Amino acid sequence: MTVTASASEARSRPIQIWLLIWAFALAAVLVVFLLQDRLPWAVNYPASAVVPIADWVSALMRWIKSNLSWLTRSITAVLGVPLDFALNLLAKNFKIGHGTDAYVLPRLSWVGVCAAAFLAGHAVGGRKLSLLVGGCFLYIALFGQWTSAMLTLALISIAVPFCIVTGLFAGIWAWRKPWAERLIVSPALDLMQTIPTFAYLIPMLLLFGNSPVSAMIATAIFATPPMVRATMLGLSRVPPEIDDFSEMAGCTARQKLWRVLLPSARSTLMIGVNQVIMLALNMVIIASMIGAGGLGYDVLLALRALKVGEAMEAGLAIVALAIALDRLSQAIAHKQAKGHVHREMRARFWWRYPNLTLAIAILVVTTLLGLFVPAFAAMPKAITFTTAPPWKAAVNWVTVNFFDTIEAFRVALILNVLNPLRAFCEGFPWLGAVFLLGLAGYQLSGLRLAVLVATLTAFCAVTGLWEKTMATVYLCGISAFIACLIGIPIGLMASRSDRFEKIVTPVIDTLQVLPSFCFIIPVVMLFRVGDVTAMIATVAFAVVPAIRYTNHGIRQVSPALIEAAKVSGCTPRQTFFRVQLPLALPEIMLGVNQTILMALAMIIICAMVGTRDLGQEVFIALSKADSGRGIVAGLAIAFIGIVADRLFSAWTAKARARLG
Amino acid sequence: MTEKTEQGLNGAGAPKDVRPIKLACRNVWKLFGSNAARFIRERDGKASMADVTAAGLVGAVRAVDLEIRQGEIFIIMGLSGSGKSTLVRCMSRLVEPTHGKVEFEGNDLLKISDAALIELRRHRMGMVFQNFALLPHLNVLENIAFPLSIQGQDRPTREARAREVIELVGLRGREHFYPRELSGGQQQRVGIARSLATKPEIWFLDEPFSALDPLIRREMQDELMRLQTMLHKTIVFITHDFDEAIRLADRIAIMKDGEVIQIGTPEELVVNPATDYVAEFTRDVDRAKVISARSLMRACDGSEHGGTVAPGAKIASFSAGIVAANKPFAVVNGTGKPIGEVTPQAVIDLLAGIDRSRAGA
Repeated sequence: MTVTASASEARSRPIQIWLLIWAFALAAVLVVFLLQDRLPWAVNYPASAVVPIADWVSALMRWIKSNLSWLTRSITAVLGVPLDFALNLLAKNFKIGHGTDAYVLPRLSWVGVCAAAFLAGHAVGGRKLSLLVGGCFLYIALFGQWTSAMLTLALISIAVPFCIVTGLFAGIWAWRKPWAERLIVSPALDLMQTIPTFAYLIPMLLLFGNSPVSAMIATAIFATPPMVRATMLGLSRVPPEIDDFSEMAGCTARQKLWRVLLPSARSTLMIGVNQVIMLALNMVIIASMIGAGGLGYDVLLALRALKVGEAMEAGLAIVALAIALDRLSQAIAHKQAKGHVHREMRARFWWRYPNLTLAIAILVVTTLLGLFVPAFAAMPKAITFTTAPPWKAAVNWVTVNFFDTIEAFRVALILNVLNPLRAFCEGFPWLGAVFLLGLAGYQLSGLRLAVLVATLTAFCAVTGLWEKTMATVYLCGISAFIACLIGIPIGLMASRSDRFEKIVTPVIDTLQVLPSFCFIIPVVMLFRVGDVTAMIATVAFAVVPAIRYTNHGIRQVSPALIEAAKVSGCTPRQTFFRVQLPLALPEIMLGVNQTILMALAMIIICAMVGTRDLGQEVFIALSKADSGRGIVAGLAIAFIGIVADRLFSAWTAKARARLG
Repeated sequence: MTEKTEQGLNGAGAPKDVRPIKLACRNVWKLFGSNAARFIRERDGKASMADVTAAGLVGAVRAVDLEIRQGEIFIIMGLSGSGKSTLVRCMSRLVEPTHGKVEFEGNDLLKISDAALIELRRHRMGMVFQNFALLPHLNVLENIAFPLSIQGQDRPTREARAREVIELVGLRGREHFYPRELSGGQQQRVGIARSLATKPEIWFLDEPFSALDPLIRREMQDELMRLQTMLHKTIVFITHDFDEAIRLADRIAIMKDGEVIQIGTPEELVVNPATDYVAEFTRDVDRAKVISARSLMRACDGSEHGGTVAPGAKIASFSAGIVAANKPFAVVNGTGKPIGEVTPQAVIDLLAGIDRSRAGA
């Protein structure tokens, strides 16, 4: 008895001390806030002391541009060759010669590509998948989005192999050399994944011009990290016995890597490939702003002209493409994970690969037919549909009938919630934020985290972006909060009912696949532009991890513990609140962390619908091609993400350690 | 008593082992922790368990000395965490020992170059793993041919050899199956075939049957014995199962906390356990199957004999006969000359678990 008492005392004492420390810290910040007339420099970072990092970056970029243009031009030229080939093959036709006597080789026929998609689905996933994938392509063709969709696909098909190869080598390097992983690869990956997509575009625009090549390079940089991570993870997960075996078989280091370790890690690598494809799709859509063309460009044009119907159509084509690519690559990954099955050995190529042979044959035949029958070359206008008018009519109907309700909701939200919060955040003393976040870092992990967090926060102030940073934090924070408020209960319900889970899973799978761009379209239709639109789109985008991790966290609590609880006489409610929820908490916190990061990424894209934050800063920089300004704002955004991520991870790690 | 037994074992009957030493460990240490190498070097390769612990190190393998002779089945037995896996990895240099020598045919394995080590492993060592360690992306034939392809053999040569060993382990007809399509026992047959494909001289088996269920395990043990009668490899076999050790071993080394506490034939361990820990293992062993006539033999006292046995014959092989005859059996050496006798009473005592010599002493 005494032992337990003293033990619990010992545990509670440091917690009380921290309570006291936090009370003091908050009081100190409050004092600074109240004395802001006396200490204005502590609240708003003085403009005179702003470090002109943006100018330095701009100068550096100018120097690179003027001195290394031979390099950037040659890169453009080299990468342009395969890219042009893919673009011509899928979308644009090959033109040989010039002027009127140019000879035109046709692009692949849409009939053939649809059939190939169908067969690919059949080869890796059976009839159901073949119908889904073939159906998605047919949908794109029938709805008249073929050329744009193929432009997008061509870019992806060139960018993805590039990402896979680079990611593989970077991953191998990081796995072999722990110092490289710690000092170079990990920080680089963190930055690459937290810097907003827009911020990538600016230096690319500057260095490689407004062309598909710069879009492709931006895509490649953005989509590589998951491949690096998957490679590192896959290699470290190879069973130690397989490693020992390769040594005992007398493999040299190279034989071991290429013939034993990488093939053994294939299933993890394929998951990386799937993620690369999805990220590449996402980025190609956004990169349409710097000359990639394709579906993203269609959406952008339509949104700018407020042509809701057209935007929706192109958006749905993106969705179809995304679903087709995702399911196809997932099926391949799944097949790899399940392992190989032996088949009759057949000597002839076409017997061994019947689907591939058939696909090639159909592609060749239909494309050649396209030379004589125009319906094979291009989708005949007569059989395409357009759904733009009904979408427009629907939106109009909603606007006419519910305008007052929607508007009242919007205004009430802005006046009562968003504006006060925004005012509070923007008025928050920068010195206080640096101090409080540093303190949190110290409590959760120690001095190193405290210094990191405080430095990154101070960067946002020192570059003169404090107000916009806080505007971003406010919008991101409230969106993530609402997303958790919606997502966690849904996750809890899904964890308690298999039937509900069956309904939820495909929905969140689809939501996760959709490029972020697509979320804006329907919301803009109803709520026009502004913070409310941004918030709703962000919530829809960021709700997925909250649901997924909560559900997974509760479900992974070991059945033995639940049985133990039942045997001890817990009611279902007690079991849930006393056993399952506490044990699932670290996992749920991980979900919240992901939700925040996704919200941050989305908020930045929402700059397109008129928010006033760091996203807008990047967006302006993009339109002015002001690389310094864009990169600094991008870094500030990345730092917000890194600070949130590190603090949450430290917290989760602590909770995990406590649970053992 | 102890001395007498040892004389009885080595002097009187058992021929002295004259086979050459294939692999030897000389004061091998593997310590984990910072500055482990310096710790053991400063102490000149001598340290007690307490010293190691006090220095904040973990002693996975401590002061191991053993010699493995050509063609014998040498079993390293110990419970999990006793360091047996680490020791076998030190022998093949999968784990670099902290201190000591590992001699392969008299040459220090720890001093040879990486290239020489690769050559050695390619042609003279084979290893079988507990969880099979088959490559999931290759089928049976390719898995077995893999070590040969690593050596750069061309496809026809290596596949011909692979088919030979497939035949040897009884997997014909499964050449094109992938590992996940096979049962555990079949997978381990692939593992065995793969390690034999290179015709190794020394064969490391790291708990090869521990992941299999008991019936299959027994079948695989028989299979191993069958292979060994054909191939005469030098085998280093790791197990945590004493019955398995008794069944297969020529000699057994028992490990505890990183130390080898006794090395001997199954019979020596049963008759003469070095510590209570060893005695604990041997308690439930069917002694009649382990102990031979030589150990129960006493000098002839002139009484009439009901039959003859060889000194190495296990008691179980003649117990029924001697009890039925109710007369001592003469123990005769190769030339038919009697060197002692075994009484029915001694056999009955053994079968009943009564240890008169010990009780008397």
